[in-house]
Amino acid sequence: MILDIIVSGLISGSVYALLAIGFCLIFGVARIVNIAHTAFYMVAGYGIYFGTHKLGFHPLWCMLASVIMVTLFGLIAYKLFIDPIREHEAAVLICTIAMAMAMQEIMLLMFTGDFLSVPSLMEGFFKVLGVKIFYQQLLTFGLVLLILIALWALLMKTKLGLAIRSTAQDREVANLMGINESRAAMVTMGITVGLAGLAGAVVVPLTILEPFMWMHPLIMMMAVVVLGGLGSLKGSFVGAYILGFAEALVVFLIPKGAFLKGSVALSVMILVLLIRPEGLFGVAFEEER
Amino acid sequence: MRRLKVGWMMMAALGLVLAIALPARAADVIKIGVIGPMNFMQGKAHWNGATMAAEEINAKGGVQVGQKKMMIELVKADSNEHINVTDATNAMERLMTQSKVDFVVGGFRTEAVLAMQDIAMDYKKIFIGCGAATDELCLRVAKDYNKYKYWFRQTPINSTFLGRTSFIHLATVGAILKKSLNLPQVKIAVVGEKAVWTEGMIKAAEATIPKMGMEVAGIWQPSPVATDVAAELSAIQRSGAHIIFTIFSAAVGITFARQAGELKIPAVQVGINVEAQKDGFTQATQGMGNYVMTLNTYARGVEFNELTKPFVDAYIKRFGETPTYNAGTYDAIKYTLAPAIEKTGTLDADKLVAYIENSKYMASAGTIAYLKDAEGRPLHEITWGPGYVTSVGVQWQDGELKGVWPNQWKATPEAPEVTYKGIVPYKIPPWVIEAYKK
Repeated sequence: MILDIIVSGLISGSVYALLAIGFCLIFGVARIVNIAHTAFYMVAGYGIYFGTHKLGFHPLWCMLASVIMVTLFGLIAYKLFIDPIREHEAAVLICTIAMAMAMQEIMLLMFTGDFLSVPSLMEGFFKVLGVKIFYQQLLTFGLVLLILIALWALLMKTKLGLAIRSTAQDREVANLMGINESRAAMVTMGITVGLAGLAGAVVVPLTILEPFMWMHPLIMMMAVVVLGGLGSLKGSFVGAYILGFAEALVVFLIPKGAFLKGSVALSVMILVLLIRPEGLFGVAFEEER
Repeated sequence: MRRLKVGWMMMAALGLVLAIALPARAADVIKIGVIGPMNFMQGKAHWNGATMAAEEINAKGGVQVGQKKMMIELVKADSNEHINVTDATNAMERLMTQSKVDFVVGGFRTEAVLAMQDIAMDYKKIFIGCGAATDELCLRVAKDYNKYKYWFRQTPINSTFLGRTSFIHLATVGAILKKSLNLPQVKIAVVGEKAVWTEGMIKAAEATIPKMGMEVAGIWQPSPVATDVAAELSAIQRSGAHIIFTIFSAAVGITFARQAGELKIPAVQVGINVEAQKDGFTQATQGMGNYVMTLNTYARGVEFNELTKPFVDAYIKRFGETPTYNAGTYDAIKYTLAPAIEKTGTLDADKLVAYIENSKYMASAGTIAYLKDAEGRPLHEITWGPGYVTSVGVQWQDGELKGVWPNQWKATPEAPEVTYKGIVPYKIPPWVIEAYKK
């Protein structure tokens, strides 16, 4: 059973990490609480469905095309709706909620509320010490690690990364140092929406497509980010696995209470916040960072 | 000038004629509200069934009401009840006050139907349910007849009968497995989504399964919207269960079937899985839902009586899919309302209620007769059992939904055997045979 818990926890944690890292990055850099983050993930899923079922393309091409299109869509949405009001954080928050709802309704109109699915890139499973693991889950796990390495390289080894980190640290000083802070925010938005699209591309084959599928991961993703510490990528990574393991423990130790796995994970978050209000790796709350 | 005056007079006369004629035209129409979540599978089935019934009746000149023929006009009402119960009550209110319908058919989600029922009853309009299974809807008729007598159930059979039928399916499959795989003791994993309607069934399963000579291997209750149940499946496999008794009406039914099929969990799935009742199940599970068995109202090629095949075939031809229980709006209009209106010669709700509750008639889902409670009070609940509505057990076999129950079923040792035309034998998944066959 211990192995079951470890495998389940790692898989769930990877999915949450993939979503939370993007959400965390855009918050850290541009102070944008992007509620529409998981809605982009949903749109990527529908894009793959449209490509595979309506146009008959191979899932791999549909996934790549879907991630690119969602990224472009995210950039356009940022330029049109978020950039003009970026200085007003509350307005941005409400705007992203509206964007998410709009995407939900558009998907509902286009694809109805029927439950749909998309094919896996790799079908089937393999066994590790008697525990069955989907190849698609392994792909998700591997991709999360790859993305984290790529993100680390981007942030630590490139000029763009330096600009993003500087902006995240202090927007005004970064501006004074000649960094185009608005462009850094836009590039970050592109990267994070791309990450959401990528999460959609690898996760959707494991789940069901429906216009409301963005809500549950949104709650879990926010819990991960708050638990890890707002704006901390390391925190999001660790937080994601803590909640993933909390869920797995509930399912295996209290089978009748499997439906409580989300609530238990959120309770873990509250418990941690009571002890450490800034989250595991967050900076203590201040007026201005 | 004079020509202008004549022109005005002609227009005024035309206006007068139209003013008199239009209400008269409207009065020659029977307005039936079709209420359901129209952006979802259930609402579409409500509308499709009602459309077929209305078109068939209107093609024959309409419904004979006393001395005149009246055409049926359907009014679509989107209850959006999956998302918001308030939307459902607003839609029902609109049907009553703006559309001024004579009757209502449809409804899906229990919470929404209970609220919509109250509104229809306040306006004294007959509301025929084609979606919600909770017993409470009909118990209300017995408890407060004067208020709730305008409610009737059409489809599906109520929760109690659904449970009873599911246990019969479980016993049937348990016996097949025991015999075919030489199992000394059949173990059952009970998996029900966390919802009000599943609580009773889970408790009943815990109590009934041991009495049926089988063992409960464990009980799992995932969230209705769980997107990953691999952990639960892993735990079920470790429990050594041979059968997974499913109680699903939500999206988790797809996730569960898909992941169980892909992981080749060595246990068969029997019970209720509403998503598995739909033709889109194969696509939704990417073909992994093969061998899932569920209770259903209709099945391709299965005939309860001579009315089933014409309806099911015509529905498939027109809409490209097998009707689900929500398409019971067809029976509600064609076999419940229309004949009652013709027999009584009126649209008066009270007279129609008095006629319908005492009638026994054939519909495409079986023979309908309404039950009374132990005290003899009318329930407006459809009778379940041989000779009436039994529902059908269906199994996905090679991408097709086949009827597998009742197959030589005897309700009691003395009762006659029941096998509907078109029923085929149940199939055990090959990976289950491989896992247990010695």
